[in-house]
Amino acid sequence: MMTGYLRSDGRKGIRNLVVVAYLVECAHHVAREMVFPFREKGVHLLGFPGCYPNAYAHRMLRQLCTHPNVGATLLISLGCEGFHRGRLLEEIRATGRPAELLAIQEEGGTRRTIAEGQNWIAAARAQIAATPRTALGVDELIVGTVCGGSDATSGITANPAVGRAFDLLVQNGARAIFEETGELIGCEQIMAARAARPELAPALVACVDKAARYYTTMGHGSFAPGNAEGGLTTQEEKSMGAYSKSGNSPITGLLTPGDVPPRPGLYLLDVVPDGEVRWGFPNISDVQEIGELIACGSHLTLFTTGRGSVVGSAISPVIKICANPETYRRLSEDMDVNAGRILEGAATLDEVGREIYDRILRVAAGEKTASEALGHQEFSLVYKSFEPLGPACLP
Amino acid sequence: MSLTMHPTDPRLLRLHPADNVLTVIRALEAGERISVEGQEVVVAARLPLGHKLAARAIAAGEKIFKYGAPIGSATQAIAPGDHVHMHNLRSDYLPTFLRGESETVSR
Repeated sequence: MMTGYLRSDGRKGIRNLVVVAYLVECAHHVAREMVFPFREKGVHLLGFPGCYPNAYAHRMLRQLCTHPNVGATLLISLGCEGFHRGRLLEEIRATGRPAELLAIQEEGGTRRTIAEGQNWIAAARAQIAATPRTALGVDELIVGTVCGGSDATSGITANPAVGRAFDLLVQNGARAIFEETGELIGCEQIMAARAARPELAPALVACVDKAARYYTTMGHGSFAPGNAEGGLTTQEEKSMGAYSKSGNSPITGLLTPGDVPPRPGLYLLDVVPDGEVRWGFPNISDVQEIGELIACGSHLTLFTTGRGSVVGSAISPVIKICANPETYRRLSEDMDVNAGRILEGAATLDEVGREIYDRILRVAAGEKTASEALGHQEFSLVYKSFEPLGPACLP
Repeated sequence: MSLTMHPTDPRLLRLHPADNVLTVIRALEAGERISVEGQEVVVAARLPLGHKLAARAIAAGEKIFKYGAPIGSATQAIAPGDHVHMHNLRSDYLPTFLRGESETVSR
């Protein structure tokens, strides 16, 4: 039986972590040094490098610091950055979690802040160790998916196998989130036909149109010569390879980073900023996308890779599903599931889909993923801006 | 719709029951005689991993389905076992551009 850590807001976590969040790059070193002795003891580091305040970054940190996998949060400020640190502290405390803010300028510098922070972390770890555990059902899980380091195998093994796992999750009442609207160009009508409500369909099309405009402005194409050599013929075929991670369930809603899906079903996460093209690439790396899925409440993330990404994440475990059997053999210590067996005739898509689903349940019950065991806790957050969701987006 | 009773070479993967193309998961060599959903065909040219071939006869103008979704339309009649790629499949969405040379390969 799976159990979860019961938080005061009623949500349940599959991990019980202390988070240390720096609120400007200038506080990063102090926060990192503070965390170092605890790095394998359930204390994770994240933060925002910018000095100027940004509503998206504030919301991201609020959602991450109050994620159900997080039991306590320590905020590290330099003291003069523009981040609305007092407000963030109050928002975290309002959820009932232990939370504290240390400003380096007020504490008296690097050493004093590190020492003070480590005392606080030690006390917080003891406090959250008493967090009650309670039965956790599949229907209480939120699972995200992302792909990275893709190759010609990604779209024929790992991605469709994740789609089958997503179908099993949705059938069992979970909430499942897919994203990468920039890689769904050409699929928007196919996707619109899967909208659970007619009024949602135009919103799904509009967010892919926005991604297409954004990437065109950035001079970033999607279909490359290597794709055709790999057997892909059309833009929609390439996009379907990424899109197949979403499975075949109806699409229940559309989210922006930080929106927690309100009820069971499949959701599309829109990660491309609204408004004029202003902040550079929508996602500078896969790690940032994983952070956005976690800010939407993902308890864990399914990461498909052909060439072999090694990343994990702060806050929520990452299950890596390797599409390419040769990559799996070379990087097996970094991988959780070998979907490349499909290419060797050793497993079917349905079998690997079931294996992924079973692995989700084991990781939710506490089993460490490959990246967790190796200590991966990547995190990245940059500037963005989003408009509020329209009324058609959520069920 | 089920075609599973017909033997198909194990190097070909069906991604969805509604598909009319199969995906090569281990290379097929030129001249090989293979079975494609009950039909014997000869591989015309080497087909590496990731390429597609027709699961059945496809008429000109018919939609090509992969993952159960339309990925474009046939520009000519395609026989069972034929390679399906730039020469007989066209996007219904955007022209497919090869980045770099900006060469239009499929209108």
